[in-house]
Amino acid sequence: MRRTKEHAVEIFFVFSAYFSALLTVVIFGFMLALGLPLLAEGRIFSIMTQPWAPHLGQFGIQPMIVGTLAISLLSMLFAFPLSLGCAILISVVSRGTVSWLLRKMVEMMTGIPTVIYGFVGIFLLVPLVREFFAAGSGMCVLSAALMLTLLVSPTMILFFCESFARVPDSYGKAVLAVGGTEIQKFFHVTLPNSWPGVVIGFTLALGRALGDTLIALMIAGNAVQTPNSLLDSARTLTSHIALVFAADYESLEFKAIFACGIFLYLFTTILVMAVRLLGVGRERWAR
Amino acid sequence: MGEVRRLQEAGVLVFSWLCGVLLLGAVIAVIGYLFVHGWRSISLSLIFGATPPLDALLMKRHVFNGLFPAVVGTLSLIVLSVCWAIPIGMASGIYLAEYAGAGTKAFLNLFFDILAGLPSIVVGLFGFSAAIFLNRLFPGSIHPCLLISSIALAFLVLPYIIRTTQMALEGLPLSARLTALSLGASKLQNITHVLLPQSLSGIVSGVILAIGRCAEDTAVIMLTGVVASAGVPRSLFSHYEALPFYIYYISSQYTDREELATGYGAAIILLCICMVLFLTAFVIKRQVSYHALYRA
Repeated sequence: MRRTKEHAVEIFFVFSAYFSALLTVVIFGFMLALGLPLLAEGRIFSIMTQPWAPHLGQFGIQPMIVGTLAISLLSMLFAFPLSLGCAILISVVSRGTVSWLLRKMVEMMTGIPTVIYGFVGIFLLVPLVREFFAAGSGMCVLSAALMLTLLVSPTMILFFCESFARVPDSYGKAVLAVGGTEIQKFFHVTLPNSWPGVVIGFTLALGRALGDTLIALMIAGNAVQTPNSLLDSARTLTSHIALVFAADYESLEFKAIFACGIFLYLFTTILVMAVRLLGVGRERWAR
Repeated sequence: MGEVRRLQEAGVLVFSWLCGVLLLGAVIAVIGYLFVHGWRSISLSLIFGATPPLDALLMKRHVFNGLFPAVVGTLSLIVLSVCWAIPIGMASGIYLAEYAGAGTKAFLNLFFDILAGLPSIVVGLFGFSAAIFLNRLFPGSIHPCLLISSIALAFLVLPYIIRTTQMALEGLPLSARLTALSLGASKLQNITHVLLPQSLSGIVSGVILAIGRCAEDTAVIMLTGVVASAGVPRSLFSHYEALPFYIYYISSQYTDREELATGYGAAIILLCICMVLFLTAFVIKRQVSYHALYRA
């Protein structure tokens, strides 16, 4: 009796694990199945390159792809040096309580809801950007990228700190023993030995930037156009899904949001794969 | 030579402090702005409007001008999603840590990593399309609602729970694993009576962070049934309100100062909920940095 009961529980464990894994595939399957009418007739290429003009029968998501890349890459451009600086501050420059406190504050930042960044962005950052550049509404690529920087930096900082800490202490001690400073030790030993971790942290943060919806939705302006400058309004793939969502289920317009879903799925999957490959590299290197 | 080096070092020092001050300054500006502009709206009437709090809590009367329905909606979402995600997530984590071979583990982990990396709007879109699909199978019975949202949110936090369970179990020392087995306990008895209780703090802190994610996520629920005004949800199949969606909605649709003030109030309440959850997880398990990293 007990054996059958145990067996049942163990079957539940196996079932759950495969169910969860299958879910990942099913999500992609749904996107494909529902986006298919638009992708089928060899239109993948036109979807990727055409503009969005439903009244002309064009459902291209090219402006949204460009918008997504512009906002997320710009935010990474801000966030990467900022995070590296903060990670150096926490791991190398500051000591004891200051270092601990800074680290805790960065950890706490990961708990701030995205919608709060968007909300404060509308009422604090957008007017500042508008007045500073004296152009447009202030709802633009730059505003969204700046707020996104706050969202993705903690991920990178914590990952960088962890990678620095993994470098064997004996290496660093050797530098200090021959009269090097902490900062020399960092640049000549710690950083060269932790670059795979730095790249992984960057990739994870890029994944967050690509996948975030609320910040871009609330403060990037959402105009369906390919942005030409940092002060142009733009729409991301994620915001596009949120905005077109209300339309008629059967329309091609609505099917196009599944194409956005497919792109987002593929983008993030590629990043996850990259992290895994780098992670394998890192394991090898650690030995 | 030495001069150049000293300059370089000073440069690194200045740069790193500049970065630190910039980041923390920005965060303090965000939180400070919210509190400076919103603290005045924090009161009981923010939540309960003109309805006496006790009547609202006992569901005797409707709350019209307060956040009460949104708070109840968010709480119901959290409870339901966590209820769906915990059994499946923990069972998967146990399977990964205790049963799966190295090859299977790497194979399954690939899927969980992808699931963890998916943007929440994609999970929301899946929830929505699943609802349409079910509606075709059973016409008229399923449409986006509290149940669909909570299931989609459960999918979103599933990888957290799987990973924290797996990590907590794998972190146990060999001595803890072998004692009960050597006394004749079966593998499952060992897991339920020895290994799980010992790794509870790790698992619970993972669950708390999953709760935080359910509380703050907006993208999933906006595709799966949240609405701006629905009152307290009556059943699993009804529309509902939620705090994060309310904040989003007010930010674009507010008509007067009073509504905007309620938006600020809602933002402060949500921020406080998330911070309290974060601190709880921190107290339960000092090592939260891992989860912080894992948040994709």
